[in-house]
Amino acid sequence: MPRKVQVQTKINGEDVEFLCEPRQSLLEALRDIVGLTGAKEGCNDGNCGACTVLFDGRIVTSCLVLAVEAEGKQITTIEGVAMGNELHPIQQCFLEGAALQCGICTPGIIVAAKALLDQDTNPSEEKIRLWLANNLCRCTGYDKIVRSVQAAAGRMQEAR
Amino acid sequence: MSTQNYEPNMVLSTTEFDVIGTRPVRHDGADKVTGRALYGADIELAGLIHGAILRSPHAHARIKSIDTSKAEAHPAVKAVVTSADLPDAGDEIIDLGEGATPLKYLRGNVLASGKVLYKGHAIAAVAANSLHDAQEALKLIKIEYEVLPPTLTAPDAMRDGAPILHEGLKTTELGKPTDKVSNVASHFQHVKGDIAAGFAEADLVIEREFNTATVHQGYIEPHNTTVLWNNDGRVQVWCSSQGAFAIRDTTAAILEVPVSQVKVTPMEIGGGFGGKIPVYLEPVAAVLSKKSGHPVKIVMSRADEFEATGPTPGSCIRVKIGVKNDGKMVAAQAWMAYEAGAYPGAMIVPGSMCVFAAYDIENIVIDGFDVVVNKPSTAAYRAPGATNAAFATESIVDEIAEKLGIDPLDLRLRNAATKGTRRADGPKYPRIGCVELLEAMKNHPHYNAPLEGPNRGRGVAIGFWFNAGLPSSCSMSVNADGTVMLIEGSPDIGGTRTSIAMQAAEVLGIAAEDVRPTVADTDSVGFTAVTGGSRVTFATGIAAIKAARDLRDQMIQRVARIWDVKSEDVEFEKGVFMSSNGTKNSISFKDLAKQLTSTGGPIVGRAAINPPGVGGSFSGNIADVEVDPETGKVTILRFTAFQDAGKAIHPSYVEGQMQGGSVQGIGWALNEEYFMNPEGKMMNSSLLDYRMPTSLDLPMIDTVIIEVPNPGHPYGVRGVGEANIVPPPAALANAIYHAVGVRMDRLPMNPVAVMEAIWKKEGVPA
Repeated sequence: MPRKVQVQTKINGEDVEFLCEPRQSLLEALRDIVGLTGAKEGCNDGNCGACTVLFDGRIVTSCLVLAVEAEGKQITTIEGVAMGNELHPIQQCFLEGAALQCGICTPGIIVAAKALLDQDTNPSEEKIRLWLANNLCRCTGYDKIVRSVQAAAGRMQEAR
Repeated sequence: MSTQNYEPNMVLSTTEFDVIGTRPVRHDGADKVTGRALYGADIELAGLIHGAILRSPHAHARIKSIDTSKAEAHPAVKAVVTSADLPDAGDEIIDLGEGATPLKYLRGNVLASGKVLYKGHAIAAVAANSLHDAQEALKLIKIEYEVLPPTLTAPDAMRDGAPILHEGLKTTELGKPTDKVSNVASHFQHVKGDIAAGFAEADLVIEREFNTATVHQGYIEPHNTTVLWNNDGRVQVWCSSQGAFAIRDTTAAILEVPVSQVKVTPMEIGGGFGGKIPVYLEPVAAVLSKKSGHPVKIVMSRADEFEATGPTPGSCIRVKIGVKNDGKMVAAQAWMAYEAGAYPGAMIVPGSMCVFAAYDIENIVIDGFDVVVNKPSTAAYRAPGATNAAFATESIVDEIAEKLGIDPLDLRLRNAATKGTRRADGPKYPRIGCVELLEAMKNHPHYNAPLEGPNRGRGVAIGFWFNAGLPSSCSMSVNADGTVMLIEGSPDIGGTRTSIAMQAAEVLGIAAEDVRPTVADTDSVGFTAVTGGSRVTFATGIAAIKAARDLRDQMIQRVARIWDVKSEDVEFEKGVFMSSNGTKNSISFKDLAKQLTSTGGPIVGRAAINPPGVGGSFSGNIADVEVDPETGKVTILRFTAFQDAGKAIHPSYVEGQMQGGSVQGIGWALNEEYFMNPEGKMMNSSLLDYRMPTSLDLPMIDTVIIEVPNPGHPYGVRGVGEANIVPPPAALANAIYHAVGVRMDRLPMNPVAVMEAIWKKEGVPA
């Protein structure tokens, strides 16, 4: 068995330290070592987006990042999107807008949508569709997802 | 994209209720937007080890030998199994609610013995400390094959001299067994009227052949299971499936243990669409657990999903329709061969029943063929069999409308099936909404909006699905705070906890949020059939209504006892019990709930049903496309989906079914296919190369819910999960024709197919 490597990182604002094999992905580390199972494995080759997390603020598919690369980085997962006991406006709008059916793609989509709204407070429908194009959803046809991201953008602007 | 100045999601509602028809937040919503919901792959148990499966690299081969000794010697390996570790199925036939199946086929698909029948066919499995260790150990298993030539399409597998998959498979011809060994498991026929006389009467006859590729359900969550064969002999299963009882019963049959020895706990499920009904992993993980003494988890890879689960059949369909000049259809004939994959059971039976289901035609002959080929064993996929069939029929109906100069919706209205119409396969329709659907399409602003610009076209099509009833169980208990706990057995894939709870809430006159639904394990709720056949909101809904009525009646008896009146003298309306004998007593549901313990004890309502009165659903699409004549790419400009829901319990989730089904149909129409090489290897078994629609490929999907109540359900529910996938390929094919003048006769209609059709018509440019 390969020797394990110690990784020091920040996940959802907390300092986290873990041991992993060099061949393990960040997704494996999050799910199997750290115990954060919100990021999902849908394909393990970067094509479905269910494992999307933020890596120093950038969208990555965590199945394509090695766990050891998390050293010294800031990771945001779906578990870090809600603000304490209060849902993020995107999460609230997804519930009100029925933007999920089975829910397996939802964590990745909410993380990707958060990254979008963090840098563009009023994205067009086209931009939302482009931004979410690496997050496959097989249940909804995306209609209610796009509408819910639009609604969340509106709500976040009102709150400003 | 066109600007839209109309309501994008309309409900043409006929009846209003207090709870039904509203849009509450789903009960499992918070867990699912925060990442807390636990799906099958998320489970962790003490001592858990990981399984991996060795799969055939060949589409068709005889297994000459298997040597697992080196894998067994790997230091991290805890167990290795092959088909020799499963009980011999013999010639037993089992019926798990979806028709009788030889047990040896189910077992043979789980772990191959003797022959492998498709690339990806499971042969052996390893359990080890980690998944990486298990995958390493798989490479140490040595298998010798005698490679055989494969047969990959129904027409090829039906020819004389085709490679034979099952030496023991003899064709059933028109219901009778024969001695003919072939790849045709069965040929059957539906006949109505006099087909020759019908065609003789016709002024116009159109006949075409259509071919459709194998496609996959494409749920984002791979199959997964965790199994512990406990020391007391109980087999405990945690998995994501469409039906915990189906998994229990199939697993028990393959393992040859009593059903009560298997307990299945349903985890959240990440999509199924029919693909998570069959059993693939549970018996394998069970024998690995028995051998190793550990709980064993197995999760499929995405390539496994494509190559080794149950896609929907590719098909070859010839349809011929004869009409009078006034548009009346007088004869229709179909020849339909569906690929079952490695084992018999293509969805040809429902496909054949749907092919002319939308129309009232006097004279019909339908020939269906269930054909085995060297591809994965097919499974259900949303209205299984119907989409292939509607692509053929609805394309020809469009061509007839064009040739006769009749509006395509008027032509359909001229022939629409209605209450009393007899289908070719026998049944007469009860009240259905085909006419109302077509009228809603005709009256919609989309149909009457101008569509200008070159290479643009508008297409319409309709589709039918039966929907299902089947058994469901439900129990409910009252809490002292006036809320109600609801226990049901239908895995929730798209918000059905809420659509079930809302029906109970309507009966009890309380808020949807005051009913707390739980999907229970197989030890904790009565038998409940799979989440499939668009049945849950209909059938489990009826179970919830009946359980709520049982609860209500017991509470009425309690009130009567407290007031010392007859229970006939207690009325219940909108959550309040009132005396009707002039004493003006009244107590709310919530106040009574507080007193239950002190007035005689807790109250539990229950119901277990197998409902008749299933209501079929019709759906339709209006689609505008633009075709790039240089590349063949089809862009959807506007898409409106129509469906008869009977009654939309939670309209948002009905719209969601319609939008999702439409988009799966769009993917099937324009991009998705199993791209097979001549050796039978799928060349595109990843989500990069198997191209499902992304958010960027689509416009908004507008919906119109039509409500023609189903008399078989207290609130009129029909079920909405499936019919919506049926019309899109035909609607898009018709739109492509009206855009660039080519009739498409195969799926997918990807850029290559569209360019080939254009070149066939206009000549290949120099």
